[in-house]
Amino acid sequence: MAPPSSRRPGFSRRAQYGLFLGYVVAVAGMIVAVLLLAIAIVDPRGFAAIKGAALDATTPVSSGARGVTRFFGGIGSGIGNYFRAGSQNARLRRELAETRRELIHVQAAAAENRRLTRLLGLAQEVGDEITVARIVGSSFESPRRLATLSAGRAAGVEVGQPVRSPDGLIGRVIETGRWAARVLLVTDGSSNVPVRLVRNGTPAIAVGRGDGTVELRTLEVGENPFRRGDVLVTSGVGGIFPPGVPVARVVRIEGDTAIAQPLADPARVDFAIVQRAYQPAAGADLEAAPPQPVAPPVPAPPPGSEPAGPGLTTPAPRQRDPRYQPALQQPQPGATLPPR
Amino acid sequence: MNRIAGSSTEVAIRDVRRRFVPVGSTLGAILLSLLPIVASMPLLPDLGFVTLIVWRLLRPEIWSAQVALGLGLVNDLVGGHPVGQSMLLWTAAFLVLDLIDSRLGFRDYLMDWLIGAALIIFHTVGAWYIALLMGSDVRFMVILPQLGLCVLVYPVVARLVLGFDRWRLMR
Repeated sequence: MAPPSSRRPGFSRRAQYGLFLGYVVAVAGMIVAVLLLAIAIVDPRGFAAIKGAALDATTPVSSGARGVTRFFGGIGSGIGNYFRAGSQNARLRRELAETRRELIHVQAAAAENRRLTRLLGLAQEVGDEITVARIVGSSFESPRRLATLSAGRAAGVEVGQPVRSPDGLIGRVIETGRWAARVLLVTDGSSNVPVRLVRNGTPAIAVGRGDGTVELRTLEVGENPFRRGDVLVTSGVGGIFPPGVPVARVVRIEGDTAIAQPLADPARVDFAIVQRAYQPAAGADLEAAPPQPVAPPVPAPPPGSEPAGPGLTTPAPRQRDPRYQPALQQPQPGATLPPR
Repeated sequence: MNRIAGSSTEVAIRDVRRRFVPVGSTLGAILLSLLPIVASMPLLPDLGFVTLIVWRLLRPEIWSAQVALGLGLVNDLVGGHPVGQSMLLWTAAFLVLDLIDSRLGFRDYLMDWLIGAALIIFHTVGAWYIALLMGSDVRFMVILPQLGLCVLVYPVVARLVLGFDRWRLMR
């Protein structure tokens, strides 16, 4: 026999109103949730304070237990290594030979990079790391690929900074707490990393696919420039990621694109290095960034006739900044060229 | 343990246990997402949601729909989801369950599993769609293994929750 419905509160008016009020609160809460989501979609950095605080409160748990899981994870791979020693040896030899060949390419590219950088007179800011931290967790139950880093604002970590390991690029910081930060991995669906092919310098974009791989999209039409085993490094375009950081290795060709496996596995890395954004202005908020001066296309007026308005002069302090590169500044949408 | 509470303290302890074990176990399941697992693929089920659904199907009378709002907010903050995602999806699931309960006179275990699986699929696809709106362009195929695992983990969680419920009401 069907049991009586226990949701019916009986004949008490008070109980019925209570139930009704519960539904009103629930529906109102859902509407609020939709608004919150809309805010989160329009401005992903909203609620930064509350999310950072939650991150701080929960990270110690993950940090503490990380050693335990590493231990148990290590047992499995240790036994596997013992049984696969022979084939692993052969594979490692092959990889070593392959890596030697790649090393030569990389050295050549580095030399060329240095030469071109000198030619352009760019200030290269590679290697200044902010902090070294552990990756202590990840969002393993959501479709996003986010990892938790055990260092935050107290260690100088800011939103937008690139995170790498000795193996390669891991991602970039998207949320910071005081003692913890959240990292958008390169495999996340919303991650775009400008890369170039080590072999011949073909530029491409590495877009995450959400399943541990990245898809390489090139600007070239026609022939697919990728081959299996190709290594990609960051190109430095966009100003967030410093150039020359290894990103991924091509594992499969699919039509016009290629699928690549990131070289740094966030589950295995011992330490992650947080670096300064390559060109800090590029990572800053559009609102927070100072208005970019637009170089007037007309020749400079004679020294006697300085324009009177302070808004028309190019601000001197930015030009003294060694990182200031007028040629690389993107034209701002709001800025218009002065009429001739 | 003595079957009859000997003192007023013991009565109070049992009362607290009876009241707060469901919320406590759900919060515990939510906090499981803090486990230091770094996965490159969404594979593990959202245990907080599964536990919530199992409690709700087992004991429809203990929670009203707005409980899901608070628990969803906790899940959003702990799991790093955009604030509002679990609040919306969990409360919607509770309202759907209220609707089902008002239409359906009788549920058995298989029916519970079916309803639970449908809600889990709704929740996972909803989370995927919200991620898509936020610019995370992940193909639907990627979340299929997680969906399957979620549906299969339901009986296990149901067993655990049943054990908790027996302990909660034990005299």
